[in-house]
Amino acid sequence: MTKWYDKSVEELHDLLVKKEITATELTKETFNRLKETEPKIDAFLALNEEKALEQAKLIDEKGIAAEDVLAGIPIGIKDNIVTKGLRTTAASKMLENFDPIYDATVMSKLYDKQMIPVGKLNMDEFAMGGSTENSAFKPTKNAWDQRKVPGGSSGGSAAAVAAGQVPVSLGSDTGGSIRQPAAFNGIVGMKPTYGRVSRFGLIAFASSLDQIGPLTRTVRDNALVLEAISGQDERDSTSASHPVANYVADIDAGVKGMKLAVPKEFMGEGVEAGVRESVQAAIEKFRELGATVEEVSLPNIAYSVEAYYIIASSEASSNLQRFDGIRYGYRADDCQNLEEVYIKTRSEGFGDEVKRRIMLGTFSLSAGYYDAYFKKAGQIRTLIKEEFLSVLKEYDLIIGPTAPTVAYNLGENIKDPLTMYAADILTIPVNLAGLPGMSIPCGLSNGLPVGLQIIGSYFDEKTMYQAAYAFEQGTEFHKLQPEILGGNN
Amino acid sequence: MKEQDIQHVAKLSKLSLSQDDLHQFTSQLTDIVHMVERLNEVDTEGVAVTANVVHDINVMREDVAVKGTDRDLLMTNVPEHEDGFIKVPVIIDNGEAGA
Repeated sequence: MTKWYDKSVEELHDLLVKKEITATELTKETFNRLKETEPKIDAFLALNEEKALEQAKLIDEKGIAAEDVLAGIPIGIKDNIVTKGLRTTAASKMLENFDPIYDATVMSKLYDKQMIPVGKLNMDEFAMGGSTENSAFKPTKNAWDQRKVPGGSSGGSAAAVAAGQVPVSLGSDTGGSIRQPAAFNGIVGMKPTYGRVSRFGLIAFASSLDQIGPLTRTVRDNALVLEAISGQDERDSTSASHPVANYVADIDAGVKGMKLAVPKEFMGEGVEAGVRESVQAAIEKFRELGATVEEVSLPNIAYSVEAYYIIASSEASSNLQRFDGIRYGYRADDCQNLEEVYIKTRSEGFGDEVKRRIMLGTFSLSAGYYDAYFKKAGQIRTLIKEEFLSVLKEYDLIIGPTAPTVAYNLGENIKDPLTMYAADILTIPVNLAGLPGMSIPCGLSNGLPVGLQIIGSYFDEKTMYQAAYAFEQGTEFHKLQPEILGGNN
Repeated sequence: MKEQDIQHVAKLSKLSLSQDDLHQFTSQLTDIVHMVERLNEVDTEGVAVTANVVHDINVMREDVAVKGTDRDLLMTNVPEHEDGFIKVPVIIDNGEAGA
């Protein structure tokens, strides 16, 4: 068999339709590839081998039609998305034995399209972190350099796709958790508009910010999977009634005549030189492709990290109250009374970063501090949102770097929460405003991938994909491969 | 923030901290709170609070009864249960009243 693991979803689909490979063979090969690469990458927390093979067999028996683009395609799932009968831990000791009795809505949608979930992907515990080092179980390694972090919190989702373990994965993004790891691993990651994808069955971190989205190696693959998981859901009242677009139709419309804005705050001193140069070159490329690119200013995004950590931590402190050792999850031993069950269970079950955020959130919401912290942060959120909307009235898209740096060393920042938090400065404002944001590869700096961020108007993922596709087709960056996927020689 | 403030927040959060944790969290949370106080630079007089960015207000559904989840199934992940009930340690400790 020819090398298949660096192929896109669409290429695999062609092979399946032409019967050059069966779904069963593809599934078996995926698990072989996983077992071969996991010692290096450590992206997975659980594998779904038996059920995946059963599902593949049924798909082969039925046959794959040309229009079933996602049928038989393996996919990895971030471990904060609940999967019926498949262990779901959110990378926390609190849920180390948790076997969900239902599927998240996105899972039902993937099954409808006959996609094959092959396993659960590592992450920062409860999605809190930017390096996947906060996993209670193991750190995941960057696909490009195994001494570097894969980013986070969807680090497993990004590394697995970049390393050719799966062609696509689902992640979640509360403050950059899809886009930043996609940038660090040189792949395409989309955080859709808030409400585009149902959150039913996504283990809640910050409910007003969380969104699920796809990570892929090509823009078209990403568009296909986003369309499959989008739509209103009666089980999530914050999911939007806005009709789902056909993202792939007209994806090749180009950027001629598009107006793009670059916020000067996105290109400031905090952004390392190699990243800034790659993004500058991307801006020139867009001009070459026929777009107008102009500088704008979003002064209040300077306050987004501060506002975000209050809002996200406050929502988390409320959402994580449910982990009390009673109905599911970890329960501490030897408790003398109910109060002790709560306290010992939570103290033993949560990791340090989760505890820090629960305490920061509890503090921000507590009597005497609510107005000064939580309310103030909500007001700043309004200002940030309004700034974005006023720019997006004049411009089709906003572009800039996804993260201020490329992937850093494992262990480098983990003891310093403030440095970790500050690194989210370019992705956080998008979640606060509820806008869609994506990251696509735009070059290398010191041999590590740089991500270009594209931000759109509400529900305008289609225009974002058009710009991303034009850039991808006009450049060679998406063809760069880490050593583990084949390298560049 | 002082260690006693962090102890208070930990208590509200139903967390207990070792002495080492208390030192570490006090210093880290002091830094974090110091960082977020930078928000005071921004004049927000009269600015509305954004609590969410939902696009559909008042999502309605038909008021029809649907079957609930099977009780045995719901017990799948319960750490301790007996006869269809969740089991927990005594709520009223040492004969103390009022729990």
